[in-house]
Amino acid sequence: MIVLEKRPQPSRAWSFATPLVAVLATMVFGGVLFAVLGKNPVEAIGTIFWEPLFGEFAFYYRPQLLVKGAPLVLIAIGLSLGFRAGIWNIGAEGQYIMGAIFGAAAGLAFYPLEAWYIFPVMVFAGALGGWVWAMIPAILKVRFGTNEILVSLMLVYVAEQILASVSLGLLKNPEGFGFPGSRNLQSYPSAYNSELITGSGMHWGVVAAFVAVIFAYVLLNRHLLGFHIRLTGEAPRAARFAGVNPARLILFCLGTSGVLAGLAGMFEVSGPSGVVSIDFNVGYGFTAIIVAFLGRLHPLGIMLAGFLMALTYIGGEIAQSQLGLPAAAIQVFQGMLLFFLLAFDLLTNYRIRAARSEVA
Amino acid sequence: MKFTSLLASAAIALGLATSAFAQDKTKVGFVYVGPVGDGGWTYEHDKGRQAVEQHFGDKVETVFVESVPEGPDAERVMTQMALEGADLIFTTSFGYMDPTINVAKKFPDVKFEHATGYKTADNVSVYSARFYEGRAVQGHIAGKMTESNIIGYIGSYPIPEVIRGINSAYVHAKKVNPDVEFKIVWAYTWFDPAKEADAATVLIEQGADVILQHTDSTAPQAAAQEAGNVITFGQASDMSEYAPMPRVSSIIDNWAPYYIARTQAVMDGSWSTTNTWDGIGPGMVEIGEISDAVPADVKEEALAMKDAIADGSYHPFTGPLKKQDGSDWLADGETADDGTLAGMNFYVEGLEGEIPQ
Repeated sequence: MIVLEKRPQPSRAWSFATPLVAVLATMVFGGVLFAVLGKNPVEAIGTIFWEPLFGEFAFYYRPQLLVKGAPLVLIAIGLSLGFRAGIWNIGAEGQYIMGAIFGAAAGLAFYPLEAWYIFPVMVFAGALGGWVWAMIPAILKVRFGTNEILVSLMLVYVAEQILASVSLGLLKNPEGFGFPGSRNLQSYPSAYNSELITGSGMHWGVVAAFVAVIFAYVLLNRHLLGFHIRLTGEAPRAARFAGVNPARLILFCLGTSGVLAGLAGMFEVSGPSGVVSIDFNVGYGFTAIIVAFLGRLHPLGIMLAGFLMALTYIGGEIAQSQLGLPAAAIQVFQGMLLFFLLAFDLLTNYRIRAARSEVA
Repeated sequence: MKFTSLLASAAIALGLATSAFAQDKTKVGFVYVGPVGDGGWTYEHDKGRQAVEQHFGDKVETVFVESVPEGPDAERVMTQMALEGADLIFTTSFGYMDPTINVAKKFPDVKFEHATGYKTADNVSVYSARFYEGRAVQGHIAGKMTESNIIGYIGSYPIPEVIRGINSAYVHAKKVNPDVEFKIVWAYTWFDPAKEADAATVLIEQGADVILQHTDSTAPQAAAQEAGNVITFGQASDMSEYAPMPRVSSIIDNWAPYYIARTQAVMDGSWSTTNTWDGIGPGMVEIGEISDAVPADVKEEALAMKDAIADGSYHPFTGPLKKQDGSDWLADGETADDGTLAGMNFYVEGLEGEIPQ
């Protein structure tokens, strides 16, 4: 017999080790999956993890890791603040969409004027869009005690409808022959979030992601507000005695994650994507939830997790075209990562024991 | 900045050169928006890919990536294929248009073929099929067979291609059944079985006994089968597993001849930028077998219409036709020009509701 015994205190060693163990377990079971599909598992895993970093065309994939990872990190950092305090913003995808719409709309309003201030205005508008969308569940929760998980999630679908609407109407490219989608911001220099160094993949969104990591780290470790966030998550009663104002905390956490998700959407639409289209969002807001947990809600962990996730995306695509792996297998592989992480997380709070001696 | 950009392009050129040396086969890449098992749009493109492999045997190598989101991810997948030495890349969804153009700029020696778009370049061709010709045949059968006089239509996105299909089906349903009414639901997706099934169920609950779909999965077929007494048409693929009921016929996209011809052109070095829009005549659009659930006389009329479209004696958009707002579109005997059809953003007279804006 094996029993689980609650640890008196969460194990620090395991809280660091679980992400690594989860990645290893994913590799092993992913390998089994690929083998069952008739592919060489070592080659498949190698392609996914090695090829983007050190393969023949790594000069192209490495910058792409930044492009793919930055929005994940940016959103996940925002989410992690709330998650630490037990405030669950599941609707980052919607905030990301609204940030993109606000940002692109602000830029396109100036078209075809060229001026230095257009991009900063777009950045502000993008942040505002995400913030407004996150304030809806925040205010509803503070005022009426609604559940922020449900409200924020449902608002994703509302945002998707708004996205479809503006792609077909308000922001539709007047020179697009009636097809949906906005003008391409990549061909509007004042609004284009171009690479800062050509070929490096570094655009303003990547810079913002790194800045967010640093700020979150400082906030959580050196600032009273960060202490309140951690305290509320770990010991809600103690937090109340310490004078934490829960309403303010909710507004701050949801607001910040909304701003960061909105920024991510804005940097994406003005850079790598270029157009507001019906299919603009590809799930960064949801994947960022995985990234946040994979990174143990710690800023540096999130940064690493974001790039690991980007690696599985890019490596997964390479594995598809080189080895003919089906897309679904790659998605299962990514799903395994979260599954194993949550499973091994158990070991942080519990230890496994042989129960025989104790029963007697 | 200059220097690094030089470096980057040198690196890309180097990558191209090395892969060019390594290859003796023509490499053809396919980028798919859905899974190859969707049973519709992507499934047919993949059949085209397999036909290319079969036709050329050892002389070609094909690669594909499925379920690629439209946007930066598509751009990366295309770049990756080009880097790995693809000579020809088919990008098979409308939303891949700007990414295709972007990647094509970086790889002037690689040929690109974009389905259903309108932007071409020195190394980018576009191709599409005149699905609306098949819709005319469907509309005829639907108008004849409906008893509730309500025809449900699952639209994907309100883009010209889809609006053309709705208009074509409506015009021909109305012609044989003046009381017919179209109910249109926009799913805002090309492939989402759950949403498509919901849309079909809603339409059936509103009294529709014919479901037309411009989405790619077989979910509406399944929903119709469950409801009973509702007929459907296969979309993009034959979907014959639902024949003879509810699926009474289908529009099949047959990309194989085109893919083979274009691959051949790359091999011969005769590839040039083209804008292909073929219909029933050249065989890019096929009408799947009309099942026994359709009365013999209706079947005969439908086949006659198909033949007339094929030999060019009949155009599905022949006047007199008016736009929804009552203004004149086509005079008596006049046929629609391709320019108007390509950018079609209006309903014909009689259709209710508005195109989402």
